[in-house]
Amino acid sequence: MSTFSAHPNEINKVKVLVVGDSGVGKTSLVHLLVNGEVLTKSSWTIGCSVEVKIHEYREGSPGHRPYFVELWDIGGNNSHKSTRHLFYTSVHGIILVHDLANRKSQQNLRQWLVEVLLKEKSNPGSRDALVDNFDAEQFGALAKVYRANKIPVLVVGTRLDDLAETRPTASLPRTSPAFSASSLADACSADELSVSCLDVRSVAPGSGNAVKLSRFFDRVIDGQIHCNGRPGPLYSGQPNYGLKMRYP
Amino acid sequence: MGLFMEISVLLGSMITFFVGGWVWFIRKIFRDYEANNTLVQLFFPTVFMLSCTMFELIIFEIAGVLSANTRYVYWHIVLYSMLLLLVLVIPFYLCYFVLSNSPLVKSQWVRPLSVLTWGGYLFCFWKIGDPFPILSPQHGLLSIEQSISRIGVVGVTVMAALSGFGAVNYPYTSMTIFMRPVSKGHIQAIERRLLQNMDLIVAKKKKIALAKREQLRNPNNIENKSGRSSVWNLFRSSSSSDVPGVDIAALKSEVLALEEVGRQLFLECVELQGQRERLLWATTLQGKFFNFMGYFFSMYCSWKIFISLVNIVFDRVGRKDPVTKGMEIAVHWMGLDIDVQFWSQHVSFFLVGCIIVTSIRGFILTLTKFFYAVSSSKSSNIIVLVLAQLMGMYFISMVMLMRMNMPLEYRTIITQVLGDLQFHFYHRWFDVIFLVSAVTTIIILYMTHSHLPVPDDLHHN
Repeated sequence: MSTFSAHPNEINKVKVLVVGDSGVGKTSLVHLLVNGEVLTKSSWTIGCSVEVKIHEYREGSPGHRPYFVELWDIGGNNSHKSTRHLFYTSVHGIILVHDLANRKSQQNLRQWLVEVLLKEKSNPGSRDALVDNFDAEQFGALAKVYRANKIPVLVVGTRLDDLAETRPTASLPRTSPAFSASSLADACSADELSVSCLDVRSVAPGSGNAVKLSRFFDRVIDGQIHCNGRPGPLYSGQPNYGLKMRYP
Repeated sequence: MGLFMEISVLLGSMITFFVGGWVWFIRKIFRDYEANNTLVQLFFPTVFMLSCTMFELIIFEIAGVLSANTRYVYWHIVLYSMLLLLVLVIPFYLCYFVLSNSPLVKSQWVRPLSVLTWGGYLFCFWKIGDPFPILSPQHGLLSIEQSISRIGVVGVTVMAALSGFGAVNYPYTSMTIFMRPVSKGHIQAIERRLLQNMDLIVAKKKKIALAKREQLRNPNNIENKSGRSSVWNLFRSSSSSDVPGVDIAALKSEVLALEEVGRQLFLECVELQGQRERLLWATTLQGKFFNFMGYFFSMYCSWKIFISLVNIVFDRVGRKDPVTKGMEIAVHWMGLDIDVQFWSQHVSFFLVGCIIVTSIRGFILTLTKFFYAVSSSKSSNIIVLVLAQLMGMYFISMVMLMRMNMPLEYRTIITQVLGDLQFHFYHRWFDVIFLVSAVTTIIILYMTHSHLPVPDDLHHN
């Protein structure tokens, strides 16, 4: 086991956004991933809450090094849309979270992906336009935009325990193919997970979910290295003020 | 018109209202949630349909469509079904859903408990009527006057509160003299501070993560400590981890403080962006029009507040509706020679129609906004039921109060159908609540207005 000096300045970092509708369980999910325990007191996320996880990149191989994975959990409140775009700069990975018991949150994942990828500071009215006029053609455009960005995506469905209660016979709710999370995951070649944030065993080490998560983080770090040509920017003391803001 | 024609007209309009309410509900209000309980979904359009039918009947009354008999019978049908829903059915479902959502109640107790709670609710509902002088004493226990009077109290309260709030809020938001200027630089300064704050939080969390990782790797230090007594542990707790100078507990409390600051900054940023958008909107044509209307409205609102005060102090109830009074002024003071009968019908038709449409529209908009702000996926069912209940009560009280706006000959149907209620009590109650709500809104707006952030950060760059 190699010993790494435990100084933050010597470990690289990647930034992963966790987005989804309000109330799907993003904060619980992030807490579960980072602390390995269930979040008891949950309240609405205002703005953005960050958790940092140390991911062992390429564990068990010569290229093994630890990486900081910053999980930026963005509050899904509709009225905060105008200011959220501040957090979307220099993103290396996206985790899309939806509620398995609420089909609409799956459909809204597309709007979230568009919002993050295009870093739009959109008006409240434009959301309706996207929802009502969404069709295959626009979805093709979305896939193009996505491929141009090449940011790894992971799709996570929460409230597996709720789903088991209300629909004990069905496995996953059947949504129309155009709008389901699975079709979105296919288009972005993303992995799909279903967890219950109340159950620590969902992401226990060695479980299928944990493997997929680890693979996702590895892909994110790969993308960052590839993007910069060398192992990514070291965490320096200077904050980066690369603000891209568009004002009318 | 033949009976068959009349019935088909009525049924056709009812179906239209129902479908309209349903579509609006699914598309606009409930658009973020999966509608898995069909019964709950049905209540909202049904209440909407019944309310719109009541207004339709009033319009028909003024316009003279359909025979008087049909109208009378139909009024009773609509009123009874509305009462059934509002007093009996919806509260029962509310109790059931609240209890089944609450984690304290086991599933087999839900049904009997909800029946009990429902009984308790009915008792309280009955008791509401006691402190108010709303009934003449000669009515029996189960007459519709009893229920309508109580519904009226709640509905009038809601209506007056909303009117008071709207009357003050509308001029405030649309008039430019109340809007403080917000510069781009100010917003950018706040955004920069927000991102700086986030970076600080991230740095501290990284230290915490590293410290925890080291703790996991070198657990022997922890074992040493557990052998000592707790007093020594207290002294040692300041250097609990191996990396010198890293204290997880202190870092965590610092992070909590920083997160709170971050939330405040974020909310301030959202508020400033909203203000800036409003300023931009005010320069558009629509914004200018609203600003202009805002002046008229503020005059109207001040007059209304004054009149409410006068009404309460002098215990005065207007006897004549505005239409007849307007006619009288026109004929006596301005000497216009108009056919009072003919015009009074059309003008009151127009006035009542306007009031109905703007009230419905205003109510719908407020409802939608409120639902978005408050709902979550667990409580969406409950909120929908509460909204349906409120809507029913609101519209019934509106019918009651509208009586004052209609000329004498058209009032009879409402008086006949709703029974012998003490109508002037409701007007007095409306005035009181309107006054209270308007004054409270003025106070609140004044306090928040004087606390708006002043752009002094521009100097700190």
